[in-house]
Amino acid sequence: MPEAAATTGARAEVRPDPSLWHLLWPKYLTIRARGTGEKRGRGARLALLGTFGFLFWSFVFGVLYRLLLYFRGVEEIGPLLAGKLLGMLLVGFFSILLLSNIITALSSFFLAKDLDLLVAGPVDWLNVYLAKLVETVLNSSWMVALMAIPTFAAYGIAYDGGWAFPFIAAAVLIPLLVIPGVIGSATTLILVNVFPARRTRDILSVIAVLTAGGIVLLFRIVRPEQLARPEGFRSLVDFVTVLRTPTSPYLPSEWAQNAIMSWLQFKLDYLPFYMLWTTAAAFVVFGALLHRGLYLKGFSKAQESAARWARTGLFSGFMHRVLNPLGILRRELVLKELRLFFRDTTQWSQLILLAVLVVVYVFNIKFLPLKGEGITFFLLNVVPFLNLVLAGFVLASVAARFIFPGVSLEGRTWWLLRSSPMSMGDLLWSKFWVGTAPLILLAVTIVGVTDYLLAVAPFMFTVSVLTIIGMTFAVSGLAVGFGTAFPQFETENAAQIPTSFGGLLFMMSSIAVIGGVVILEARPVYSYLRQQTFGDPYSAWELGLGFGLAALLCIAATVIPMRLARTRLEAVER
Amino acid sequence: MKKYGDFTAVAGVNLEVPRGELFGFLGPNGAGKTTTLRMIAGILRPTSGTVEIGGVNISKDPIAAKMKLGFIPDRPFIYEKLTGGEFLKFVAGLYEQEGPQVEHRARELLALFDLEEWRDELVESYSHGMRQKLIISSAFVHRPEVIVVDEPMVGLDPKAARILKDLFREYTQRGHTIMMSTHTLEVAESLCNRIGIIQGGKIRALGTMADLRKTAEGGGGLEDIFLKLTGENSARALVDVLDA
Repeated sequence: MPEAAATTGARAEVRPDPSLWHLLWPKYLTIRARGTGEKRGRGARLALLGTFGFLFWSFVFGVLYRLLLYFRGVEEIGPLLAGKLLGMLLVGFFSILLLSNIITALSSFFLAKDLDLLVAGPVDWLNVYLAKLVETVLNSSWMVALMAIPTFAAYGIAYDGGWAFPFIAAAVLIPLLVIPGVIGSATTLILVNVFPARRTRDILSVIAVLTAGGIVLLFRIVRPEQLARPEGFRSLVDFVTVLRTPTSPYLPSEWAQNAIMSWLQFKLDYLPFYMLWTTAAAFVVFGALLHRGLYLKGFSKAQESAARWARTGLFSGFMHRVLNPLGILRRELVLKELRLFFRDTTQWSQLILLAVLVVVYVFNIKFLPLKGEGITFFLLNVVPFLNLVLAGFVLASVAARFIFPGVSLEGRTWWLLRSSPMSMGDLLWSKFWVGTAPLILLAVTIVGVTDYLLAVAPFMFTVSVLTIIGMTFAVSGLAVGFGTAFPQFETENAAQIPTSFGGLLFMMSSIAVIGGVVILEARPVYSYLRQQTFGDPYSAWELGLGFGLAALLCIAATVIPMRLARTRLEAVER
Repeated sequence: MKKYGDFTAVAGVNLEVPRGELFGFLGPNGAGKTTTLRMIAGILRPTSGTVEIGGVNISKDPIAAKMKLGFIPDRPFIYEKLTGGEFLKFVAGLYEQEGPQVEHRARELLALFDLEEWRDELVESYSHGMRQKLIISSAFVHRPEVIVVDEPMVGLDPKAARILKDLFREYTQRGHTIMMSTHTLEVAESLCNRIGIIQGGKIRALGTMADLRKTAEGGGGLEDIFLKLTGENSARALVDVLDA
């Protein structure tokens, strides 16, 4: 067998070394398959998403462009203000990228399903690092990159950046995306070496949410709108000095700002470009060295699962008694939902962010200039009514995050639910109530507290509270309905599910219903307020019709999606 | 029959499994075993035809039919954030069962599969085999008349596999019915009262071991019969494959 022996001998000498592109190839194929799959309704989806994307871009571009045109007209301090604004935007981008990269790196470097294959295969460590870094940066940065397009476009057009400006913007953006990618993956690498990966995910979720919440809260409490009033400064010189002072000279976002503004003011400075690219390159090298030293140990640790004990506590016993009247099946379904939610740190930690948003919301209402001359009874009571729209949006966003993914998250356990003797209605209503009950509490708190702060009339207080309760039911029904109609059974990450096409449709429908309710109630509320302010008569018939139709809309938006969802769920086969 | 678009996954399977029987379902990969079992369990709807569990049509009265049924899937996906004990309680609750007797049963089942110490630990820290044991326990916790099992031995250690075989045997001797698909021919041969071999969505052979030997026109064990009936003869290609 000389031939066979030769073959074996030749094989022993071969040292396979899959290239970086070879490692990225399956990811590319996955994206391509996603793009070409599900032909049915793809055109409509693309058109809808395209329209929304375009409208959003146009809005961001329009607002920024008008602002920059105004700055351009202001001598001396105009470019300084434009630069400062860009700096603030880029710091925001940079912070989001840092947080997002830390969380994404945990999945791509330590929890992804392809890692066993890569780590066990004859793949060079550097290629694994670079492939995973590219994956992390792309997954965590696409949203920021999309936001950067209208932002840079507004600067380029307002300041006549010329044909080369897109290349300048790209030359700034690429290292700005890479640097947080490396920092994020290095941070995660160190954390995983200290804690087990699954525990790290919990810790990171809480840290990320607390940080994000802290930033929002701090930003609001500082009341930046006051800084926009130059009359607050002792002199113009003080104001210009503040604008000229670099806020954070060691941050890459500041270099990016300088690079862009130097090009737009025709005083091209190469230093920030060098700083950005050399820092990015150096970070990749240091990140790779850290990866070589710590990755295998961290990956091995990531395979360990933290011991997770859970005992039936007082709360569970209490809920058991409270839910007993529902019967065994429904009680167990609700208890299951509650346990899954409160034991998943990635889920409950977002409640912290929600609490921060509520505080900011109430804070904004508290500082509304609704006292003093010119503030009539009419105006004071119209504000809480219009405020319902904003509260409705908050509810829709919360429902999108917590109620919409409910059915999708049952994908892997579908075999159990489908083979069990229960109706799909029981499952859907358990999801509806588990989501709706806390949402009502949130809605009534927001509206109740803001109405109290505004000292509105009892009539408007009652209308506001009842309306927001009706809206909550409608939004929950729509969330369960659309979540069932457009399930994402294969997605394990609940946070990704609302960003789907179905999530977009749910938000649009919710906004339509919220708008519809407010429009239907507008006329009777207007008549009542006129009667109270000016003594004009109002008809009870008009009042009844308006509120009746609004209630009917809420009931329809609750019941119809739930019924459709039940039919849809009964037809699901997995 | 079950069709997915133009593809026929199961074509004309006509089976009756009497009370107290342990029926084995064999066939090559992609033959239609899992699809058939999932139709019987009410997870998939047949494109045409009917499924009856204990005389109840599962399409017409799914709740009544499923009350008689326990299902063990081939892949052990369970709620990761529930403990083993909570999962069993939840499953019993789906069948409207609770109380000291169910709790006692759950403890006994966990102890049988050496999971007692893991009772209060979240499922996310269970190994594949432990999850499989938990799912098997959950199928028995509500004492169904019929158990439908898809590949029960995957991931089980030898001790658990032995326990499961004894459990299946004892359960059918008490008048319950089990329908099981498996690739472990030794298990099918030693346990099943009757065996059905499915290929290309159709039953190729059905009967006791003696019946199958006759059908295959030769003696030998179940492996030989299976390979003869399904035409699975890959040995001739091995040399080519290994030298390629």
